[in-house]
Amino acid sequence: MTSASFLMLGLAGCTALSHGFLNPQGPVAGHERDLFVTVSIVLLFVAGPVLLLTPLFAWHYRLSNRGDAYRPKWNFSWWVEALIWIPPAGIVIGLAILLWHWTQIDDPYRRLPGAAPIEVQAIALDWKWVFVYPDLDVAAVDRLVIPAGRPVHIRLTSGTVMQSMLIPQLAGQIYAMGGMTTELNIQAHRPGRFRGENTQYNGAGFQHQKFVVVAVPSADYDCWAAAARRGKRTLDAQTWRRLSARSIIALPVEFAHVTPNLFERVLETTGGMSHSPTKAAR
Amino acid sequence: MTVSAPLWPAVLGRFGWQDLPFVRAWENPTISELIGAFAGALVVVGAVVVAALLTRYGKWRYLWTEWLTSLDHKKIGIMYIVVAFVMLSRALVEAVLMRMQQAVAIEHPGFLSPDHFGQLFSTHGSIMIFFMAMPFLTGMINYVLPFQLGARDMAFPWANSIALWLTIGAAGLMMASLVVGEFSTGGWSGYPPYTERAFSPGVGVDYWIWAVTLGSIGSTMAGINIACTVYKLRAPGMRFMRMQMFSWTSLCTSILMIFAMPPLTVATLLLALDRYLGFHFFTNDLGGNMMNYANMFWLFGHPEVYILILPAFGVYSEVVSTFSTKDLYGYTSLVIATMAIAVLSFTVWVHHFFTMGQSANVNAAFGIATMTIGVPTGVKIYDWIWTMFRGEVRFTVPMLYALAFMMTFVLGGFTGIILAMPPLDYLVHNTLFLVAHFHNMLIPGLLYGMLAGYHYWFPKAFGFRLDERWGRIAFGCWVVGFYLAFFPLYVLGASGMARRTQAIFEPSFRPWLYVACVGAFVLLAALTSLGIQLWVSIRDRASTRVEAGDPWDGRGLEWSVSAPPPEYNFAVLPLIDGRNPFYDHKHDEGQPDPYASPSSYEDIVVPRGSATSVVIGLAAAVAAFGLIWEIWGLAIVALQIVVAAVVLRSFGRDQHRTIPAAEVAREHEKWLARVRATPAIPRQLETAAVNRGLAEIVA
Ligand SMILES: [Cu+2]
Ligand SMILES: [Cu+2]
Repeated sequence: MTSASFLMLGLAGCTALSHGFLNPQGPVAGHERDLFVTVSIVLLFVAGPVLLLTPLFAWHYRLSNRGDAYRPKWNFSWWVEALIWIPPAGIVIGLAILLWHWTQIDDPYRRLPGAAPIEVQAIALDWKWVFVYPDLDVAAVDRLVIPAGRPVHIRLTSGTVMQSMLIPQLAGQIYAMGGMTTELNIQAHRPGRFRGENTQYNGAGFQHQKFVVVAVPSADYDCWAAAARRGKRTLDAQTWRRLSARSIIALPVEFAHVTPNLFERVLETTGGMSHSPTKAAR
Repeated sequence: MTVSAPLWPAVLGRFGWQDLPFVRAWENPTISELIGAFAGALVVVGAVVVAALLTRYGKWRYLWTEWLTSLDHKKIGIMYIVVAFVMLSRALVEAVLMRMQQAVAIEHPGFLSPDHFGQLFSTHGSIMIFFMAMPFLTGMINYVLPFQLGARDMAFPWANSIALWLTIGAAGLMMASLVVGEFSTGGWSGYPPYTERAFSPGVGVDYWIWAVTLGSIGSTMAGINIACTVYKLRAPGMRFMRMQMFSWTSLCTSILMIFAMPPLTVATLLLALDRYLGFHFFTNDLGGNMMNYANMFWLFGHPEVYILILPAFGVYSEVVSTFSTKDLYGYTSLVIATMAIAVLSFTVWVHHFFTMGQSANVNAAFGIATMTIGVPTGVKIYDWIWTMFRGEVRFTVPMLYALAFMMTFVLGGFTGIILAMPPLDYLVHNTLFLVAHFHNMLIPGLLYGMLAGYHYWFPKAFGFRLDERWGRIAFGCWVVGFYLAFFPLYVLGASGMARRTQAIFEPSFRPWLYVACVGAFVLLAALTSLGIQLWVSIRDRASTRVEAGDPWDGRGLEWSVSAPPPEYNFAVLPLIDGRNPFYDHKHDEGQPDPYASPSSYEDIVVPRGSATSVVIGLAAAVAAFGLIWEIWGLAIVALQIVVAAVVLRSFGRDQHRTIPAAEVAREHEKWLARVRATPAIPRQLETAAVNRGLAEIVA
């Protein structure tokens, strides 16, 4: 009985990693996973010598081992100096080149190649995520429906304290901050359901602030959009006030109509237009 | 539930009965509230028991005159370390509670309420950084540095005492938050706007602000004091390139403190202005911008990492060289590497917010700057490895810590490079991967270092050695506990588990959370073993005395005096003629006898104790308490007491005491006679009872 439960535990342990970036389901996370593997292999060459030499030297030159010449005053050698400064510096230079390149191509603001992206506006609230589809006049809370294989461009802000949006299997995270906009580009390779969350603590309901990303085939996405637009619920000022209050919603909800320019209004009420260059332009 | 109304605002400010954990637990006896009440009761009962014992044994006067008001750097150092151990115990218990909560709260609410959990991770982080690590290293530097420089005290003994008492006052506020009110749930970094009044209206954040502010002012003062001591009080002939490595790392640490602590003080004070006076530095609205906070906080926060780690690097340099019975390899490289780390540490703070939307170029530049620190750090590790080469390594407790450090720290460096890569940081920032990384740096890098130093210098400070067996048990528990507690967190972080999560909704995380929880208990066992070790060591001290003062065949000047040392450290200030004067004099042919009688003695002037520093530190804490609870009268009166104490001290005369040459001569000659009667022992016997603190001279 107990051995069976231990076996269950062991299996569960392995599945943990499948929820993270080591099991990527989109090009961004996939690319970042590749970088992770590359860097880890390079670093094995850095950590390896220390992990080998430390116990080796400590044990070999122990006090009770009188076999080797004891050189109490030996404290310098140009050879050793070269060995401990040059290779690590070389590795860091190599990693720096790698880093510069990958940081440019994995920039969360960088548009993904392919079809025109789906536009989504994500607004962080306590303790829920609101996703507005400005082109569809549709919004959803705690569920993000996207077409598989199409790029998605998300603009984020917060109607409350600072938060951070992470969908580990699709892309890295970016903060959502009141009065400021940040951007994130994601894409899913294939249909599926992926976990998304806020990773920046924001009070008592924090642990519940999860959402699900549903990637569906393109045709299904159009069906979903059409169905969502026909829905009865609207995201008006009153609903917004209710949503903004600190609370956890039990199940994801969808809205057929959204107050026009909701995202911009949230930016404005969080005082943020003063940071935004667009204000001067208007 | 009754609403807590403030009682007589002028006297009790915004205090209501509900602010007492006992009342809350009475009205709503959940396990979470009962734990809170128990912790509060522990603080109260602890204070009462200590007071009762002091009264019973009539030790109040002794404690006051010999310790609390003392300006002696050795006693101040020891008091700092006592504070560090007390706070370590609390913060470690909190860590165990959090791990237990996470282990049971898988698709289940667990036993701690979300708010209680939030307070726990906030106090755990704040305490470990500001009231465990900082006092520990400041105390260690305080105790050891003047000896290594050949000085009789720190540069500013009174300021030294004020810094200590500000730290104690701030730690007192942390303890008070257990008994009256609540603590912040904003984490150790207190990010606004969450910590603004609009989102955190209670007293919790105010406790955090004032505890951190007092602590940071104390640390700034300590930094100035340490730097001035190094610059001004080196013994004749002690050139910079002759200083022990620990003195070097102390100097670099102090420079970091001087430049890094003020941004923190400014950040917390601006946050206080937001909260108390309605300013809008970091609020969401009216032009506030929390990015300014992030910048200032991490302008402190990143160098802080090296404030914490550099002193430990110093300890490891001493320990590895001493217990390899060999010169430190690559002294010059180590000095250069230390300074490089200190300078570079100010150039990388943006890596704490790679995910805040700045351009890829900015992120890449700061990522590369961050990785660069890996080079000097790696060099240091290799220098210690090559120090063992062709040496005679002895596996004493401090050396075991050093070895465990080298092998574990390199894994932390590995994950550090991963975090320095912005695309990878996007994936694991704010997850348990990050938590695992910084514990991987700070436990081997700071805690092991401080514990190694504690075992290494304890016999110097108290005149007897710590028990070796319990030391090894504690060491084993720290190492095993560390791996069990933190390696699962790397896996969980890579699986996307956010930090600071009170409940978990992913059953596949369960086994890893169980292992981490077991690890937390092993770490608790490690701390308990240290407590047992101290008790056993005190009990058996008759058989481990080392009056001659040099139990490990040490190198620095601290080993050339008696254990415990006299108040004035050196009867005659040493003349420095090399990098390891004491060691070379002991071991080299044709060198002067390190235990020879000096030709003459002089009067020595030492600072007299002062109550003003105690008053300043405690009154500052009372003023902070008044501000937290909005008891304005109390705050004003306490602040006036602080000012009055400073004024009073500046009129004070007789701040010094002269120890006549005859008395110094008598004491010193008595010790020299004892040294001559002490049998010298070979290194093989250093942990045996025959080790009375005199190393065998093998030329
Ligand atoms: Cu911790
Ligand atoms: Cu940092």
